[in-house]
Amino acid sequence: MSEKLKVPTMAEYMAEGKQPEILFWVGSAGSYDDRAKKISRAFVKVLHKANVDFAVLGTEESNTGDVAKRAGNEFLFQMQAMTNIEILNAYEIKRIVTACPHSYNTLKNEYPQLGGVYEVLHHTQFIEELMSSGRLKLKSDSTLNGKRITFHDPCYLGRANEVYEAPRNLLKSLGVDLVEMKRNRSTALCCGAGGAQMFKEPEKGDKDINVLRTEDALKTNPSIIATGCPYCNTMMTDGVKAKERESDIKVFDIVEIIANSEEL
Amino acid sequence: MQFIPNILFAIALILGIGFFAKNVKKLIRNIKLGQDVDVSDNKSQRWKNMTMIALGQSKMVKRPIAGVLHVIVYVGFVIINIEVLEIIIDGLFGTHRLFSKMGTLYGVLIGTFEVLAALVFVSVVIFWVRRNVIKLQRFWKSEMKGWPKNDGNFILYFEMVLMTLFLVMNATDVHFQDMNSGNVISQYIAPLFSGLAESTLHIIERSAWWLHILGILVFLNYLYYSKHLHILLAFPNTYYGKVNPKGQLNNLEAVTNEVKMMMDPNADPFAAPEEGAEDEVPAKFGASDVQDLNWVQLLNAYTCTECGRCTSECPANQTGKKLSPRKIMMDTRDRLEEVGKNIDANGGEFKDDGKQLLGDYISTEELWACTTCNACTEACPVSIDPLSIIIEMRRYLVMEQSAAPMELNNMMTNIENNGAPWPYNQMDRLNWANEE
Repeated sequence: MSEKLKVPTMAEYMAEGKQPEILFWVGSAGSYDDRAKKISRAFVKVLHKANVDFAVLGTEESNTGDVAKRAGNEFLFQMQAMTNIEILNAYEIKRIVTACPHSYNTLKNEYPQLGGVYEVLHHTQFIEELMSSGRLKLKSDSTLNGKRITFHDPCYLGRANEVYEAPRNLLKSLGVDLVEMKRNRSTALCCGAGGAQMFKEPEKGDKDINVLRTEDALKTNPSIIATGCPYCNTMMTDGVKAKERESDIKVFDIVEIIANSEEL
Repeated sequence: MQFIPNILFAIALILGIGFFAKNVKKLIRNIKLGQDVDVSDNKSQRWKNMTMIALGQSKMVKRPIAGVLHVIVYVGFVIINIEVLEIIIDGLFGTHRLFSKMGTLYGVLIGTFEVLAALVFVSVVIFWVRRNVIKLQRFWKSEMKGWPKNDGNFILYFEMVLMTLFLVMNATDVHFQDMNSGNVISQYIAPLFSGLAESTLHIIERSAWWLHILGILVFLNYLYYSKHLHILLAFPNTYYGKVNPKGQLNNLEAVTNEVKMMMDPNADPFAAPEEGAEDEVPAKFGASDVQDLNWVQLLNAYTCTECGRCTSECPANQTGKKLSPRKIMMDTRDRLEEVGKNIDANGGEFKDDGKQLLGDYISTEELWACTTCNACTEACPVSIDPLSIIIEMRRYLVMEQSAAPMELNNMMTNIENNGAPWPYNQMDRLNWANEE
């Protein structure tokens, strides 16, 4: 099935002499990773439902450099940052929304010093805003009512930027039974992918971090593990597989849960 | 002859404080071996951090048992030391309990000290049990063998002895017991000595008094050699600690200049630096030794009291990897001490000893195990940032030595070539919109 989603680019907006309300920063994972692409699509569907005027950079977007920076390659990071900033500034971007906490952190905290000053929101923050302003209304008879869902805090959203409540508020508004892991919010355990770990084998140890974190989640006896980061999503999905629970436990990004419940 | 005790006391005081001052000078010298860093920003936030985190112990109580016990020892330590003022005046001028002229207030003060001393004693015993009987995991990690383990116990013994001496001193002070004001705890200890002659009691009281003050002076000088420096350094450390969001890493300015030059088609690569411009390119990128770190990071190392909360929260450590953020701090301090001694031995100049922090203390295996999740910085009760040191050392490995793990080199090559960590075509970046 190939359903063409309307995803306008900044170049198209520019050609029409218009400026969108927000720029959706897709990020490398959201653009290329098969699992994360679904999150990008779900977010676009939600944006359409709320009639948000948005655009993406498309082929003009490049990796934020977050992972290079954390691997120690400051040169590559700054090259990436300055290339991206040049484009963002040329399009006079003011407001950026992204579904990737790593992009979020880098754009919000590490770009301003290099000349890229924008208001940056995580998609859960933006959706929360859409709901509280009444632009996005969710069905109340959701099939999610009473479903046990636990939320895994992405490090770069939670501890790194202290965004703990926006994702939880969204889940609660869906009427789910939000069950917290013992380690949550500021004491949440990492999924194991940050700091460039996503791209390498772990060092020698007695366990994988994502399996340990999945065990935290399984203790809450959830039917869904929700998260808000493409990397966490991959790690938790692998963790659930390692625990051979993929038949009864699903891992979803919050925006996917919303899109599914709205049958988008 | 009657002035001999006063003179001895004065000498002990001068020696004790003088030696401590000498070590403090050395401490400051060593910290200043670090690179300069601008921490003049966010003054009000910094004061707030110091007040809340160091003075108010806000992070300590995140773990309630250790937190509450620590608050007792901390408050006890600070308040009981008011008594030291009287001891010093008595010692220098040969008076006895000079402040007792205050009357009721004196009783209230000493009574408070006694209660606190007893509470501190009990807390310290519980701390000792946690370390040595219950054997809490974080006190038994591999970096806690030998001196670090003994150091932790010595401090507890010191505190037990000092509190005991204080209470015995009061219990055997016949005059003080007769006043029957403020001897809240010591009145129950006094009966232990009831059979003794007054002169014997006097000797015990004097001995306890002397040992108490000498013990304090010894303890003061023990600090420099111990993890216990945190009782002083927690304050500057929380002031100079990170005020930006935890996820924000610093951008290297020297790199910015080079990248700007590379990206500016009009830049003249051979242009002479502007008049008065500082050396823009540093000797090296990142850190391979302690002198490459900034002075706040070195202050961090001296402040660490090896409580291990960072390590117990570290996902890499919890899954059996070698990385322990506490060890990063301990290694940094050990190497800094080594460099300091080298400088002392070579007339004020560092002589290359063929060693460095990277490799000789911290292995690359430890550095590459970090997920940069900030669990360590969140857990630290005194705003120490082990992550920043790990990143500086990764920077050295990658930018100076091209020594990243192969998979990371592949990832970085992909970003350079096609703007994504995977080998996909840049022109396919929007294909996701058309797939399901």
